[in-house]
Amino acid sequence: MTAPDMRAQVLACIKAIAPEFEASDLRTGRPLRDQVDLDSMDWVNFFAALGERLHMDIPEPDYAKLVTLEDLVAYLETRPRRTS
Amino acid sequence: MFRAAERPPVLHKAGADRRVAPHLSDYAATRASFSWDAIRRELLGPSAGTVNIAHLAVDRHAAGAQGERTAFRFLPASGAARDVSYAELARLTNRFANVLAALGVMKGERVFVLCGRIPELYTAVLGGLKRGAVVSPLFSAFGPGPIAMRIGIGAGKVLVTTEALYRRKVEKVRAEMPTLEHVILVSDDGTPTAVSGTHDFGALMAAASDRFNCEPTRGEDMALLHFTSGTTGRPKGAVHVHGAVVTHYATGRYALDLHAGDVFWCTADPGWITGTSYGIVAPLLHGVTSVVDVGDFDAERWYSILEQQQVTVWYTAPTAIRMLMKAGPELARKRAYPALRFVSSVGEPLNPEAVWWGKDVLGLPIHDNWWQTETGGIMVSNYAALDIKPGSMGLPLPGVDAAIVERGPAGAPLRFVTEPGVEGELVLKAGWPSMFRGYLNEEERYRKCFREGWYLTGDLAKRDADGYYWFVGRADDVIKSAGHLIGPFEVESVLMEHPAVAEAGVIGKPDPVVGEMVKAFVSLKKGFEPSEPLRMELLGHARKRLGAAVAPKEIEFKPALPKTRSGKVMRRLLKARELGLPEGDLSTLEPES
Repeated sequence: MTAPDMRAQVLACIKAIAPEFEASDLRTGRPLRDQVDLDSMDWVNFFAALGERLHMDIPEPDYAKLVTLEDLVAYLETRPRRTS
Repeated sequence: MFRAAERPPVLHKAGADRRVAPHLSDYAATRASFSWDAIRRELLGPSAGTVNIAHLAVDRHAAGAQGERTAFRFLPASGAARDVSYAELARLTNRFANVLAALGVMKGERVFVLCGRIPELYTAVLGGLKRGAVVSPLFSAFGPGPIAMRIGIGAGKVLVTTEALYRRKVEKVRAEMPTLEHVILVSDDGTPTAVSGTHDFGALMAAASDRFNCEPTRGEDMALLHFTSGTTGRPKGAVHVHGAVVTHYATGRYALDLHAGDVFWCTADPGWITGTSYGIVAPLLHGVTSVVDVGDFDAERWYSILEQQQVTVWYTAPTAIRMLMKAGPELARKRAYPALRFVSSVGEPLNPEAVWWGKDVLGLPIHDNWWQTETGGIMVSNYAALDIKPGSMGLPLPGVDAAIVERGPAGAPLRFVTEPGVEGELVLKAGWPSMFRGYLNEEERYRKCFREGWYLTGDLAKRDADGYYWFVGRADDVIKSAGHLIGPFEVESVLMEHPAVAEAGVIGKPDPVVGEMVKAFVSLKKGFEPSEPLRMELLGHARKRLGAAVAPKEIEFKPALPKTRSGKVMRRLLKARELGLPEGDLSTLEPES
């Protein structure tokens, strides 16, 4: 998957939890959670939805490292897909 | 690890659990000899009737040998910690009090604060109290609707917020807040803000003197306004006075067992009363160092804070503890917490598994306690020196009288439940120092909270033969999510604003981590059909107005909602059906078409 595709997948997952969110408001390099109104439950649900959509395991200890959209896209590109 | 079901019903304390002698070593004796007047004299000295929370919390220590001790250690999301000493905090809060004075803020006028847990929040709250203003900290996860509603009810004159929060949540509803004369913006990146119609926090502070004569407020002068939610109507502004500080001091000693030299970490956000009473006031009164984590919850980060900051007393919440439990014991056991001495929790009942988890994983049991926005401070608690009955909220504080009653119909006398283990409403004998003094501008609602000199908490509980109290549930439909009360009416009203919505009913759906999550049932007006895009539109609408902390997590369409004959949506029935429980008394149900 190319980076722009991955970005689109991430944005779709955010949109499913926070439909009011507009991707055009995102500023590069700024923490995602400062720009999208996600509480801790939304945040956990977001990663669960992302894992499901991309057929990947995203371990909870990794969440904290994934601060910006760019961090997240770069991280997801390195993750293996589940085969089953 | 065992399951709690296999654990004994009482967790006995061993000598190692009490390596610093607790303040409350003999519960019965302390209760018997306790007097609020004695505590008041000890804290206030011969102050001739003036009481100012900020003076007692900050200036009292700043002037003396304690001045260079760290009051707050702020841990930013990344980068180095920032320490603020008592002496520096005194200067910062003096500056902010001067800022307010220069803006024409008079004693009793309302200053709202809407920020994450950044240093400026603490400066603004304490500086506002020094000025004699009434301070109302708002949770920064609120959306524009709840913010405008609360500032409107409180007649806010000043709002302190950050540029990012202002742009996202305040700017577009500013016209809905006609009383708001000044907005002060904290910069997000250190460069001065320049937003039309606002002031820059840094610029105002730089221009202000760091000397200020604290307003000589009296014990009954209003100090803080904390909003809470009821089943119906608008949020209620619970009024707290400067004299409440006596309870903060006493509970810091007896419930949290604070000792000189402690490093205390209260994880609550000051947007909720726990984060103000115990995240700001109580630890400062005791002259200890408070750790403030500016970042959001993260299991690994929290364990590293406990270890690296050498936290000695930790006050947190069941939702956080359950998230730590979910992250697994290995993560906790990668580190050691030799400094940690006492752990407590508030917000909702702590399940017995969590109490034992503390013992297994941190080496210390977790002490649940109970109180409300209205009580201003901890009222029922488990104590360092006493055995714990896991699942129980503990015993009333010295100076606090609790009881279980049956209310009966309006006008009927209260019936006091004396039999152990029988459910009823938890009530507290009115008159402790931090009792709320009103719901702002709602005398009738306030009056209804009291009967025969007792405060009716609205919480159902039972007391066992040993005097321990056990929480049973809310007597009303208020939702408790992540320890915070959410009024279903506030959520329903926003859903009803949407042109497609005919009726809305909002309940708390049990959730293993946050206790209850907000779920909305919606029926649609003629001409609208349930669809995924419409569900997302409603969700977006609710989140935009209410913010993530209050908005529903689930929305379900129903052809019609169950209603009483008088047309009120029956939330109780929606909840029973959601949970597959017996539907109870349906005598007032309007036949469903």
